[in-house]
Amino acid sequence: MTPLSEYLLSLADDRLILGHRLSEWCGHAPILEEDIALSNIALDCIGQATFLYEIAAEAEGNVRTPDRMVYFREAIEYRNLLLVEQPNGDFARTIVRQFLYDAFGISLYDRLQTSSYAPLAAVAQKAHKELRYHFRHSSQWMLRLGDGTDESIQRTQHALNELWQYTDEMFIGGFPAEEVIGSGAAIDPRTLRTGWRNSVDTILSRTALTLPEKDIRMQSGGRNGRHTEHLGHLLTEMQSVARSYPEITW
Amino acid sequence: MSTHLQQPDDQWDLWEVFLQESQNEPHSHAGSIRAADAENALQNARDLFARRGNVKSLWVVRSRDITATTPDDTVPFFEPTPDKVYRHPQFYSYTLPDELWKKP
Amino acid sequence: MSENIAMMEEQFNRRIAEGETIEPNDWMPDKYRSQLKRLISQHAHSEIIGMLPEGNWITRAPSLRRKLALLAKVQDEAGHGHYLYSSAETLGISREEMFGQLHTGKAKYSSIFNYPTLAWADMGMIGWLVDGAAIINQTTMAKCSYGPYSRALLRICKEENFHKKQGMEIIATLIASGEQGKAMVQESFNRFWWPTLMMFGPHDANSPNSPDMMKWKIKLKGNDELRQRFIDMTVEQAQAWGLTVPDPKLRFNEQTRSWETGEIDWNEFNAVISGNGPCNHERLNVRRTAHDQGAWVREAARAYEAKHRRSSETAE
Repeated sequence: MTPLSEYLLSLADDRLILGHRLSEWCGHAPILEEDIALSNIALDCIGQATFLYEIAAEAEGNVRTPDRMVYFREAIEYRNLLLVEQPNGDFARTIVRQFLYDAFGISLYDRLQTSSYAPLAAVAQKAHKELRYHFRHSSQWMLRLGDGTDESIQRTQHALNELWQYTDEMFIGGFPAEEVIGSGAAIDPRTLRTGWRNSVDTILSRTALTLPEKDIRMQSGGRNGRHTEHLGHLLTEMQSVARSYPEITW
Repeated sequence: MSTHLQQPDDQWDLWEVFLQESQNEPHSHAGSIRAADAENALQNARDLFARRGNVKSLWVVRSRDITATTPDDTVPFFEPTPDKVYRHPQFYSYTLPDELWKKP
Repeated sequence: MSENIAMMEEQFNRRIAEGETIEPNDWMPDKYRSQLKRLISQHAHSEIIGMLPEGNWITRAPSLRRKLALLAKVQDEAGHGHYLYSSAETLGISREEMFGQLHTGKAKYSSIFNYPTLAWADMGMIGWLVDGAAIINQTTMAKCSYGPYSRALLRICKEENFHKKQGMEIIATLIASGEQGKAMVQESFNRFWWPTLMMFGPHDANSPNSPDMMKWKIKLKGNDELRQRFIDMTVEQAQAWGLTVPDPKLRFNEQTRSWETGEIDWNEFNAVISGNGPCNHERLNVRRTAHDQGAWVREAARAYEAKHRRSSETAE
C-alpha cells in the first residue's frame, strides 16, 4: 500500500459502506417510491466504490483485485469514516446520516474533479453528478422530516444529536499523508469544513431542528482502522459467502 | 391487524409523469407515481422512469388537476375534425424534397 | 335496464373478439373489472413480496458485480410492482386498499415467494427458473384485452429477460467453478424445481374461473399448456448444464415430443397458497412492519407539503 492507494481505498470504503447500509432498506422502506430511491442511491454509491477500488488496486500495482479488497479485509483494515458505518436505525437516522455525508461528499468530489491524479479526477466527475442528486434527495427529506410533524421533528433531532459526534472526523488533519495532498492528488479535508457547515446550516435553518450542544465529544479513528463495533458485524455479513467458498469464482 | 382496513392509509397523491426522451420530441405520458410534493414527484419520476433511458426532461402534475374527456364525449367532441379536411396533412398535395426533412 | 346491460355486454364481447383493447374509461362488465382487479393486484403483490427472498442476499452477494446486479434487479421488481399497482388503480381500486388486502392476508400472491432462499445459488435459480416461468406467463398475458395491464407487462417483460440472463450467468459461473459450485447449484435446483412448476397454478380442470377469463382475453392459455412449455425448455437447459431434474418419473414422450413429469404435490401447493407455506407469515410480517414503521414518514411528508402549500398560497 502506498499513501496514494490508501487514500483511494479510504474513498472507496466510504462509498461502499454507505451504499451497503442503504441497500439494507431495499424492501423495507416507508413507501414503494422510496424503496426505489434508496436503492438507486445505494447503486450509485457501490458503483462509485467499484471504480475507486479499481484505481486503488492499480495504484497498489495490482497485487489484489477490488473484490479481494472488499471481501478479505478485516474491520481494522477498513479506512472508512465512522459516520457511514452507523446502523440505519429509523428512516430519520438514515436520512440524517446521508445528509451529513452528502453535504461533505458533494464538495469533496467537486474538488476531486481537478485532482492531479487523472484516474481519480475521472471517477470524481461521474461521482459528483450523482452526489448532486443524492444531496438533493437527502436535503429535501431533511426539510420534510425537520418541518413535518412533531414526531418527525423529534426523531430527526434525536438522530442529529446521536450522529453529530461522527461529523468532525470528516474534516480533521492527519489523513491522507501530506505528500498526497501536496501532490494535488488529494483534497485536504480541513479545507472542506466551512463549506460543509454552511450547507448544513442553510438546510437546518429551514427546519425546526437545532444543532446539538457544543460540548459533544467528537469521535474519530476510522481512517486508522479504529472503528465502532458496528463495522465488524456489517463485514461479517457482507463477506460470509465469499469467505466460505474461497475457491469459487462468482 | 384489521386496523389496516379500517384506517385507509395515506400513500400520498397520485401524479402523472410526462417525459421527453430526446430534444425536438414532445413530452409524452409515461405513467404515474405517488408523491408527497412536487419536488418529491420529480425525484420519484426520475427514479422510476429515467433509470434506464436517456431522458431530457420531466413534467409532473397531480392527477386530480387533469381534466379529461369521458367516453361519452367521444362522438360529439371529436367528430367535427374529419370533415375539416384542411386540418389533415393529406389535404395538401405538395411533398417536401427529402433533404429538407433532414435535421440540420 | 338489464336488457341494456346485456346489449352493452354483447358489444363489449364483440370488441374483445375483434382484438380491441379495453381502456379504463370504457364500459366493462362488473365481473371483468373485478377479475382484473384481482389478477393485477395479485401480480403487483407478487413483485413486492418477491423483493424479499432476493433482498435477503443483497448484503451477502459475494462480489461487487453481483451485489450491483442483484440490487438493481430487486429495484426493478419494486418498479414492476409500481407499474402494476398503477394499472390496477385505473380500475377503481386504490393502492391503500390493495395494501390493506395484502397485509390482512386477504390477497394472494405467487406461491413461489413463500419459500426461503438458503444459499447464494438460489439467486441464480430464481433468475433461471422463477423469472423464466414468469416470462412465459407474462409474455402471454401481454396480449390480454386490458390496455393498461398489457402495456405494463410489455415494459416488465423487457426487464425480466435481463433478470433471467443474470440468473443463468450466476448458475453457469458456479458450475464452471468446480464441484463445490455445481453441488450448490444442484441442491438449490432440488428445492426450487417443484415450487416453480406450481407457479403455473392448478390443472386446467381444477381452475374454476377460466372459461369467462378466456373469452375476455384476460387469460390466454391454459395453465397446463404454459407449464408444459416451461418444462420442455427447462429440462433441456438443465441437461446441458449436467444438472439432475429432481423427479424420478421424468421421461421423454417420443409421440408428443415433450417431457412428462411426475405429479405435483397439490397438498403442498394448497397449503402455500392458503397462507401456510414455509415463509408466508414471515413475508407478510416484514411487509406489515415496513408499512407500519413508515407511517410517520408518510405523514410527515404530507404535513410538510400542506404547510408549504398554504404558505405559498398566502404569499401569492
